[in-house]
Amino acid sequence: MRDHLAPVLIVLALLAGVPLVVDSNVVLNFLKVALMLALAGTGWNLLGGYGGQFSFGHAVFFGTGAYAVAVLQVRFGINAWAAFGAGIVLGAVLGLAIGWLTFRAGLRGSYFALVTLAFAEVARIIASVWPLTGAGAGILIPLREGFLTLQFGSRAEGYWFVLALLGIAMLIVRAIEVRRFGAQLVAVRENEDAARALGVDVLRVKLLAIALSGGITASAGAFYAQTFLYLDAGLAYGPWISVEALLTAIVGGIGTVWGPLLGALVLQALSELGKHLGGDAPGLGLVLFGAVLILVVRFAPNGIVGLARSLRPRRLARG
Amino acid sequence: MAELLAEAEGITVRFGGLVAVNDASVPVPEGCIVGLIGPNGAGKTTLFATIAGFQKPNAGSIRFRGADITRLPPHRRAALGIARTFQIVQPFAGLTVRENIAVGAHLRHAGRADALAAAEAVADRVGLAPLLNLPAASLTVAGRKRLELARALATEPQLLLLDEVLAGLNPSEIRDMIPVIRAIRDGGVTVLMIEHVMQAVMALAEEIHVLAGGRIIARGGPEQVARDPAVVEAYLGHGAAARLQGGAHA
Repeated sequence: MRDHLAPVLIVLALLAGVPLVVDSNVVLNFLKVALMLALAGTGWNLLGGYGGQFSFGHAVFFGTGAYAVAVLQVRFGINAWAAFGAGIVLGAVLGLAIGWLTFRAGLRGSYFALVTLAFAEVARIIASVWPLTGAGAGILIPLREGFLTLQFGSRAEGYWFVLALLGIAMLIVRAIEVRRFGAQLVAVRENEDAARALGVDVLRVKLLAIALSGGITASAGAFYAQTFLYLDAGLAYGPWISVEALLTAIVGGIGTVWGPLLGALVLQALSELGKHLGGDAPGLGLVLFGAVLILVVRFAPNGIVGLARSLRPRRLARG
Repeated sequence: MAELLAEAEGITVRFGGLVAVNDASVPVPEGCIVGLIGPNGAGKTTLFATIAGFQKPNAGSIRFRGADITRLPPHRRAALGIARTFQIVQPFAGLTVRENIAVGAHLRHAGRADALAAAEAVADRVGLAPLLNLPAASLTVAGRKRLELARALATEPQLLLLDEVLAGLNPSEIRDMIPVIRAIRDGGVTVLMIEHVMQAVMALAEEIHVLAGGRIIARGGPEQVARDPAVVEAYLGHGAAARLQGGAHA
């Protein structure tokens, strides 16, 4: 009955077993960051991959989730879990707001991409001068390990937490894929006018997609803040996370459930490799990412998932 | 005469200084196939777009089942039961034929399985059943026209607007499509069709409206319209009707 969720659940269970087998901090840290990027990418992928609305500014959601969790705890003394939830909701609401402003105005394609980039940059500049967000000095979440403060003593617990977040996000995406909303979202990506003629409320579909997308990516930001306990404007709203979010989806397989996870693992591995080979040469990681992006777009436009699919016989009865 | 299902009344559409449609009225009686013909650039597609909600008229109103729908967006009209096809086909190229039709079926079927089943039933009606699993991008022109038709039908419309579904087809493909369209009407769907293929309009339509220069210049049964001097002149040029008649007498 719930067949379509089974593969996701199996992989999640396997990933959940990793800390029981592997005791290396290096490996767990690597996976934790990769899963966080996959989470941010899963949010991007819902709007960009399924809905065809390419955002260059998903940092605006990531940063808002991150700052919400930090500011609500540090400045207002709100419980970490509640702040975490509020961060996700805020990301979704911000998505609705940005969607309302851009989609209602009919912005598509590169215009939409540029406007999202502008939103992220404006947020970055505001966060770098606003006393509430710690301005240029940033904001520090006091270290208080414990379940209630959402600060995990062992690496495994933090890993399981981000895995759970990613799992929920992937299950949401997979559930959308096999529902009316998913069909309409893909129809909007493929041809807006035709979708409209078939009774699809294009604005509503896009708004719902950007709200979910914003909420998911905000949860990655909230996890970032809760893990590293320090934020400044460049970390939270910087272009790096906008790039990583879209890159994980594009490299892994745009518009697929598995794309962001696969892409994040590959990119994170590349980035570690780059650090080993090039030492601390600044910007080397981005050069590597740029090269990978060019190669993927040129030779595997459907990413790793697309490559894998082309290697086995085409499934005809897709449902 | 049957009751009116839909009516475009006094529609005027201007693009800057150009008047594309000028005070045109088209009544569509329920259960009929109504044809809309006219030379290139007559404003047929623009008039169509105002009925489907893709173009706002500068003046005039669109009524459907007695209600004024002039201000409704296209997706709301689709929900009311108005479906359109596009003259330049607009497939969801990255999806299969089945998935394409299912998007239309989802308008009345919330569940995925229901929508897919409805899509298959529609594919059967228009002869796309063997192609259900192919990507829409791989269809021939004739296949894409059928897909346009199938998607529109999948929304279970009461009024179907067909914009040149026969254009670009060869004579045998046209012969195949005529019974399909007639069967749609017999299934209780009212059809308003723009068509350049005269043989098809004459065979299908009970009533024809002729648009030229944005105005309705003639209307009536197929025979009547074909003999109308104003129509002959619109197609063949000023004075053509008189010359033809003169030729017939000589």
